[in-house]
Amino acid sequence: MALSLSMREFRGKRVIKSIFTALIGMPTVALGLILYLLYSSSGPLGPLHLLYSPSGIIIGQAILITPIIVSFTVSALESVDPEVKDLARTLGASEGQASLAVLSEAKKGATLAVAAAFNRAIAELGVAMTIGGNIYGYTQVLTTAISKGVAMGEIMLCIELTVVLLVIVFSLTLLTNLLRRD
Amino acid sequence: MYRAYDGRVVIKQLNLKVREQQVLAVIGPNGSGKTTLLRMMAFIDKPNDGKIYYKGEKVDGSNAKAIRGKVTMVFQRAVNFNKTVYKNVAYGLELKKMSENEIKRKVMKVLDLVGMEKFADRRSKKLSGGEQQRVAIARALVLEPELLLLDEPTANLDPKNTLEIERIINEIKKRATVVIATNNPFQANRLSDRVVCLLNGRVIGEGTPKEIIDRPRDTRIKKFVRGELV
Repeated sequence: MALSLSMREFRGKRVIKSIFTALIGMPTVALGLILYLLYSSSGPLGPLHLLYSPSGIIIGQAILITPIIVSFTVSALESVDPEVKDLARTLGASEGQASLAVLSEAKKGATLAVAAAFNRAIAELGVAMTIGGNIYGYTQVLTTAISKGVAMGEIMLCIELTVVLLVIVFSLTLLTNLLRRD
Repeated sequence: MYRAYDGRVVIKQLNLKVREQQVLAVIGPNGSGKTTLLRMMAFIDKPNDGKIYYKGEKVDGSNAKAIRGKVTMVFQRAVNFNKTVYKNVAYGLELKKMSENEIKRKVMKVLDLVGMEKFADRRSKKLSGGEQQRVAIARALVLEPELLLLDEPTANLDPKNTLEIERIINEIKKRATVVIATNNPFQANRLSDRVVCLLNGRVIGEGTPKEIIDRPRDTRIKKFVRGELV
């Protein structure tokens, strides 16, 4: 999607890019509510039984992070020297191989996009809570467990879970920085 | 050939023949169409009108890919992948799925030719402009092209690097047909067998370096050689 948006010229391209950029700031609670209405038994996706299911959360979080990955990756691809694609083609690359060469040049930005998206997904609460329902052992995730723990006064458990969450987030950030090094 | 970008005509009624095993210098002031001409010869851009023939064979959809494999281009500004010098030069060979040993042999040989064998493990983007241009030339040469297109390969380089690139071009011309675009008529004189002068997308003169640069008849070419037309 990012490759198409950055390399192809078509009508409405600017509008699509603007929509993706705008969706980065989508409040998770709002997305959760929209998906709740779609997933609920009276909603258009009701027959799929996605409400209060892990699949429902996964789909919701994928929708949440797609604009981040697409927008950041488009930005990284557009910052690559435009002659890189021509260069690859003059060296015998097909159109697909030349696009991959451009993507490879943008890998630092693309890696950052994936890391930012992962952090957004793992740290969000709105979608997981609204769609998953915070069912212990089934749809409960770290953030919803922490939220429930606070409400029930289980502060030690909340601190432990928060440490786990932070370790995951910081480890991934560290790994991303290592991958982005030359 | 005829070529326009966004309504602006860059190449018009251009008819040009490149002779095998010769160095053709395309000279002309900035904006005369040199780069566009080379980009069309490298099949990066297509002419809006006109035809390209390669060794008498009309280039079209059926043979473009095969012919494209015989032509490579070095851009004015050294464009390099964010990889090591070795990986940059090996790129085209890797696309051809050559064995690693074969790739290594060819890459090291060509790096030796351009005096960059000691830089094989260095990252290309951390090299100087002249060194990056030598990597770009090596990357094109390793594919053993029949036709090598050099778009102002010494633009923005200091005299030492310019001389080094010119030494490499003199080596290259023993093994390939070369077309070099330059706005330096004296460089064209030093390197080429034939010279073609472009102005506003048209050929205004063609001949030997002596005819075009030493004793130009056309007043516009005279002005260009004197540096009055840039």
